[in-house]
Amino acid sequence: MSDRIDVRKTYKLYVGGAFPRSESGYTYEVTDAKGAFVANAALASRKDARDAVVAARKAFGPWSGRTAYNRAQVLYRVAEVLEDRRPQFVQAVVQSEGLSASKAERVVDESVDRLVWYAGWADKITQVVGGANPVAGPFFNLTTPEATGVVAVLAPERSSLLGLVTAIAPVVVTGNTAVVVSSYSRPLAAVTLAEVLATSDVPGGVVNVLTGSAATLGPWLASHMDVNALDLLGTAGQTELARDLEVAAADNLKRVRRAPAAEPDFTREPGLDTMTDFLELKTVWHPMGV
Amino acid sequence: MPITASSAATAPTGGSGLADVTSSDAALRRFLHGLPGVDQVGAEARAASLATRSIKTTAKEQALDLAIRMVDLTTLEGSDTHGKVRALAAKAVRPDPADPACPSAAAVCVYPDMVATAKETLGDSGVHVAAVATAFPSGRAALDIKLADTRDAVEAGADEIDMVIDRGAFLSGRYLQVFEEIVAVREACARADGEDAHLKVIFETGELQTYDNVRRVSWLAMLAGAHFIKTSTGKVQPAATLPVTLVMLEAVRDFRRQTGQMVGVKPAGGIRTSKDAIKYLVMVNEVAGADWLDPDWFRFGASTLLNDLLMQRTKLRTGRYSGPDYFTLD
Repeated sequence: MSDRIDVRKTYKLYVGGAFPRSESGYTYEVTDAKGAFVANAALASRKDARDAVVAARKAFGPWSGRTAYNRAQVLYRVAEVLEDRRPQFVQAVVQSEGLSASKAERVVDESVDRLVWYAGWADKITQVVGGANPVAGPFFNLTTPEATGVVAVLAPERSSLLGLVTAIAPVVVTGNTAVVVSSYSRPLAAVTLAEVLATSDVPGGVVNVLTGSAATLGPWLASHMDVNALDLLGTAGQTELARDLEVAAADNLKRVRRAPAAEPDFTREPGLDTMTDFLELKTVWHPMGV
Repeated sequence: MPITASSAATAPTGGSGLADVTSSDAALRRFLHGLPGVDQVGAEARAASLATRSIKTTAKEQALDLAIRMVDLTTLEGSDTHGKVRALAAKAVRPDPADPACPSAAAVCVYPDMVATAKETLGDSGVHVAAVATAFPSGRAALDIKLADTRDAVEAGADEIDMVIDRGAFLSGRYLQVFEEIVAVREACARADGEDAHLKVIFETGELQTYDNVRRVSWLAMLAGAHFIKTSTGKVQPAATLPVTLVMLEAVRDFRRQTGQMVGVKPAGGIRTSKDAIKYLVMVNEVAGADWLDPDWFRFGASTLLNDLLMQRTKLRTGRYSGPDYFTLD
């Protein structure tokens, strides 16, 4: 009885708080787990990656300058808005990952919880990894972690929502800004998450989402001199690509989180190293009695 | 036909029919108002269509190097120090210390009191010193003060003088006064050794309201013997735009057709990216002609543009994107 014509969507990128089309003009077809057409996604080009890095760099100063408490609030707000959009995310996970509705609901719940978990860490990570160091001299010696800068994140290929959230949240909660390349075959959750980020309190440019291929965009981001760190989570199992990216990243001594042998189980509670991998420790020696 | 800048030293005369247009205020007004009007929509559409050309690979390499050679590296702040001018001058000579093949900028553009400092650093590198004179940026001072300002800068060793016109006089229709002021400043540019400092005339097109006015003032300045016509001081928004530069390029093209003399063009202010710079170069080639694609005839008044040009150049050379961390802040 349904005579209504499908609304065929063409999603866009999320760069600097705006939703531009790919500079290249290309899109690609996104299919569900059974191979049926779902939507078109923008196919990000190297120039989009470049623009995203510029946006992330611009956002870095103000974002890392916010109080940790405020970043926690913002991340918590993202969790709230994600929760509000629950049905849409459940549908995206069902379509992309081919899970049953009840399993997809659990994935969305986990993702919201994950954001809240990381939000809580914003103003606690300093106490845990920083500290007052005893030194053999009349000095106060204090170590504090600081954000690394612009982090390029290759998001997991398979876990399109929980894996994505687990990749982005630890990067931005400590004050970094992120350029995220979403899963190529399962970008729906990333596109919807971008809409969530745009309507919560995350400043434009803090998270930039590119839908496209990690194999195409990866080398440009890895060799980009204005990117400070690289998360190779999305190249899990692709040994050769991961190695090439690590070599390219060496040019400006990027911090690299190496690719795991296989995509990890994201339902397990992540460790602190997801955050500390993209932190710099600053140590200050201050003379006593001055 | 090689045309040197000094050929503009002789006032345009016989044969071109422009001999007596400056004989009186009325004649000058008649001439300037007799210039064909500018089709605003047409000029903007033309500028926009020229801006869509795609310049890639080797053409882009050439364009970037040419653009670097055309940059008048500018610092015109109340907070300028001798140290800052020295740093800027050193950068103009060798913009990219990592690559000896990188060409030098055309000139350093500073306030008159900084000319000696800039000159000292630049030495015989071939990079010129341009000084803004005549009560820059407003131009609101008595004529003798403007002339003294100019002579000071020329004596200190400035190779080029950037003067501002009296926009108030121009807008209220006192064209001859503007004309005579430019002629007087031009005379003040004379140096003891007989060589003139080159005169660039700044219109501040952001204050001139219409493209018709831009065309009129371009002709006015060229008749008065300007070596260069320049859009803006950089202190007023909007500064240089593509359509305004288009109108000025048409004016210099037409002026050469009529008098045989070439006048340079310098857009200044608001040009920040390599992409913008290349759009201007395309327009120069298409409107005025390839003769103008030379630092002697076309300049960019800019400060932040140079770093973007260098970043793009490095990207082409190394195959990877560069970042602002690798270039000086100035």
